[in-house]
Amino acid sequence: MLSLLWLIIALPLAGAAVLLLAGAPPLRRLGADKWGHYLGSATVGVSFLLAVGAFFALKDRSDRHYEDQLWSFIPVGDLQVDIGLLFDPLSAVFVLLITGVGFLIHVYSIGYMADDPGRRRFFGYLNLFVAAMLVLVLGNNFVSLYAGWEGVGLASYLLIAFWYDRPSAATAAKKAFIMNRVGDVGLAIAIFVLFAQLGTITYDGVFSNVDDLSSVTITVVALLLLLGACGKSGQFPLQAWLPDAMAGPTPVSALIHAATMVTAGVYLIARANPIFSASETAQLVVCIIGAITLMIGCIIGCAKDDMKQVLAYSTVSQIGYMFLAVGLGGPAYALGIAHLLAHGFFKAGLFLGAGSVMHGMKDQGDIRRFGGLAKYMPITAVTFGLGYLAIIGLPPLSGFFTKDPIIEHAFDRPGWTGWVFGGAALLGAGLTAFYMTRLMVLVFFGKKRWTDDIKHPHESPAVMWWPMVVLAVGSVSAGYLFYRGDALSDWLAPVLGEPHEAATHKIEPGVLTATVIGVVVVAALFAAALFWRGTALQEQPVRSPFVIAARRNLYADAFNEAVLEKPGLWLTRILVYFDSRGIDGMVNGLAATVGGTSSRLRRLQTGFVRSYALTMLFGAVAVVAALVAAGWR
Amino acid sequence: MSTALAFADAVHAHAADLAAPANEVKGGEKVAFWILAPIALGGAIGMVLARNAIHSALFLVCTMLSLGVFYVINAGPFLGMVQIIVYTGAIMILFLFVLMLVGRDSSDSIVEQLRGQRLAAALLGIGLAAMVATGVARAFDDTRVVGLGRATQDGNVPALAARLFTRYVFAFEVTSALLITAALGAMVLAFVERSKKDQMTQRQRSRERVSADSYPAPKPGPGVYATSDSVATPALLPDGTTTDKSVSKVVQTHELDAATTKAKG
Amino acid sequence: MTPTYYLVLAAALFTIGAMGVLVRRNAIVVFMCIELMLNAVNLTLVTFSRINGTLDGQIMAFFVMVVAAAEVVIGLAIIMAIFRSRRSASVDDANLLKY
Repeated sequence: MLSLLWLIIALPLAGAAVLLLAGAPPLRRLGADKWGHYLGSATVGVSFLLAVGAFFALKDRSDRHYEDQLWSFIPVGDLQVDIGLLFDPLSAVFVLLITGVGFLIHVYSIGYMADDPGRRRFFGYLNLFVAAMLVLVLGNNFVSLYAGWEGVGLASYLLIAFWYDRPSAATAAKKAFIMNRVGDVGLAIAIFVLFAQLGTITYDGVFSNVDDLSSVTITVVALLLLLGACGKSGQFPLQAWLPDAMAGPTPVSALIHAATMVTAGVYLIARANPIFSASETAQLVVCIIGAITLMIGCIIGCAKDDMKQVLAYSTVSQIGYMFLAVGLGGPAYALGIAHLLAHGFFKAGLFLGAGSVMHGMKDQGDIRRFGGLAKYMPITAVTFGLGYLAIIGLPPLSGFFTKDPIIEHAFDRPGWTGWVFGGAALLGAGLTAFYMTRLMVLVFFGKKRWTDDIKHPHESPAVMWWPMVVLAVGSVSAGYLFYRGDALSDWLAPVLGEPHEAATHKIEPGVLTATVIGVVVVAALFAAALFWRGTALQEQPVRSPFVIAARRNLYADAFNEAVLEKPGLWLTRILVYFDSRGIDGMVNGLAATVGGTSSRLRRLQTGFVRSYALTMLFGAVAVVAALVAAGWR
Repeated sequence: MSTALAFADAVHAHAADLAAPANEVKGGEKVAFWILAPIALGGAIGMVLARNAIHSALFLVCTMLSLGVFYVINAGPFLGMVQIIVYTGAIMILFLFVLMLVGRDSSDSIVEQLRGQRLAAALLGIGLAAMVATGVARAFDDTRVVGLGRATQDGNVPALAARLFTRYVFAFEVTSALLITAALGAMVLAFVERSKKDQMTQRQRSRERVSADSYPAPKPGPGVYATSDSVATPALLPDGTTTDKSVSKVVQTHELDAATTKAKG
Repeated sequence: MTPTYYLVLAAALFTIGAMGVLVRRNAIVVFMCIELMLNAVNLTLVTFSRINGTLDGQIMAFFVMVVAAAEVVIGLAIIMAIFRSRRSASVDDANLLKY
């Protein structure tokens, strides 16, 4: 079964090739618009079945490690890059998440995109994304990871700009692509440094030789990897692209910008755990970035009125939790991955629910104009509600089992930093409960505040709500499955190290759990009380600078514009000026001078023999004059 | 040729006198110089200034004859004869032949097209003459004239022949090749091939005469049917267009404007 | 008076010839002017021969005459050919080789 591993990648890739090429004029007659979405879903479905098979095959192996060299990719002197597949517990859970959730979202998209003329193209891009993401997690070296990393970046760009005729979507796609490049530079340089220092870029080669590196090098490499991870995962300071990416179709937001691609940063840090574990500084920076980002996400999430925007900022914040977890190191690596998987379920479910609501409400997204939808969309309301309960972390849903231990470990971090990170995580949990409750209540409960053109909201077709139900079941059960007997930690142990309980706790786990639940419940009830009767239909003017800052995304865009974009623009203008006036001026001026001089000198060539003779005589006179003047005798 | 050589021998006695090393030129030679030099100069100036090309050629003959005499009195009787026979005789006749062929009226076009050409030529000419004269005067003011007495003890022609067929024999042979080539070249350039095939038959000629773009009727004289009686005005053809064939090429045709055609007085 | 006078005379003739080349437009007359310049040079060669007491100058003048004869033949043939094709013997009419 494991020898068929390559098929898991090859199937979606072939699907993407077929679907995208089928749009070419000579192939149009194949009628791919009619069956393309089935093909796209089927390739991912089969990949999922293969992944399940591979999972069980891996489970039977004692070392839980399978590596397969496919071919030599870059055999140049010292640089030997072989394309190989690595299937270990970490890859396995990611492959299952990507193909599983991916398959559900493919199926959902069949219904969601039914009326879109570009559905075949959409499925082609989705398949391309799945293939690239699988390359990212299945490669056995950093170059494969980088190839997949760029592949998902491309697919993300194409899908955000899927409705490229909308200026907002096109701009958002460019923004995402460019901000991702910033991170990718970090990743690329980290790979260069690793190769320069160790002469190899396979995971095995790098991780078994980490001890040979100086501590400075390790820290630099770790921070560069972190920069890459921040870019891809929408972490501070590169978080501004992720909310804008919601301009793409909702299934894209669910699959790429919630469940899978944006967690690639977490995967990278978890995969490179030997490097991060060797650098205290890098781990601290990861924690700081995680804590800052989760607070940013929560604060802005409270101020947003667009359904997908709120979910986008909750994604930013939840990935902040994951970063915090992998930054804490040790047993918390597994917690980060667990939260990632649980998040993949409930956030995908929430986004699909949001898509379903918008599908029934003529593509509106303003939560102030919803309300009372639970009666009209019962299935969506229930599945969305389960996802909601999971994300705020109420027991016994998955969010509780994955988020609560992260808060616990954050407090356990030695020194005063533990109190800071723990406090931030606890506060974040309360804020999450607040804004998610606001979202839930304003959309599904209370009075109708619909716009006039909406008469009969309707439940989505079965092809759309079935995936939501499956994801809801996952949201409910996943956490407990991971938690029961440390199942996930044990499973991941070969990659991330043996789980061991911290010897001492700053706060008794029972007390802390009770505190977390208490904060969450209080925040949720407060929000429910505040918004049960509805809210203002327009944005209300406020004086509080805090609220204004939150509404403006904490000035992230303004900061980027002022600090990076404006100087860049000015630099470009100066360079353009110098280029056009200085360099071009010099070159063109020289050419113009020569050209002008020659066109004037050309007039000397009159074609009259006598004027040439005159010139000759002048020359003769000059020679004689020179001789006479020189005293010739 | 023999007459010429006899004449050369006759002046040889005079040349022998010259052979004595002497800077000063005296007597008959001085007289000859002061008579012939103005003639040579006048011939040269006349050649340049004469309107008619035939006159130019005749002026040039004048100059060349004077030069021939100068060669003779400068101890070069053979060269003098060659000058008179080859240059003044053969070459100038050739010039005249060509002038007759080309048409002696094909003199200079009327308008000087190059602005300032004459002025510049005059200035440069004066400059050149002044420079060369200065240089010559400075170079030769204290020169001792050796004379050719020793070099031509056996006579001018044998001495020249001895040099020409010994020291300069190769150059001499090469000039023969040059002359052959020139003769061939002249034939190639001047020869016009007219084959029987290219000649038009009588029938073709007739057709040509009345073809569309030809005008078989006699050309109207200048001014006929025209708006003006000036010879420079092209005649009108029956179809109302003008024909430039009615105006001599020498005359500059000019457009007629209202001011010109208005009745005078 | 010394033989130098011949040189001055030759210089004057040469200059007149050169000016004739510059101002006359009839190709045949221009050609005559060139002949005049050659003759002026011949006169200097003969005079030099006398001043130096060797015959080399006269031989040089002899060769100049031979070359001049060849040149005249070819030159007049060219003028004939041009006249035949352009119906003109003016040097100003053959000014196609220009800017």
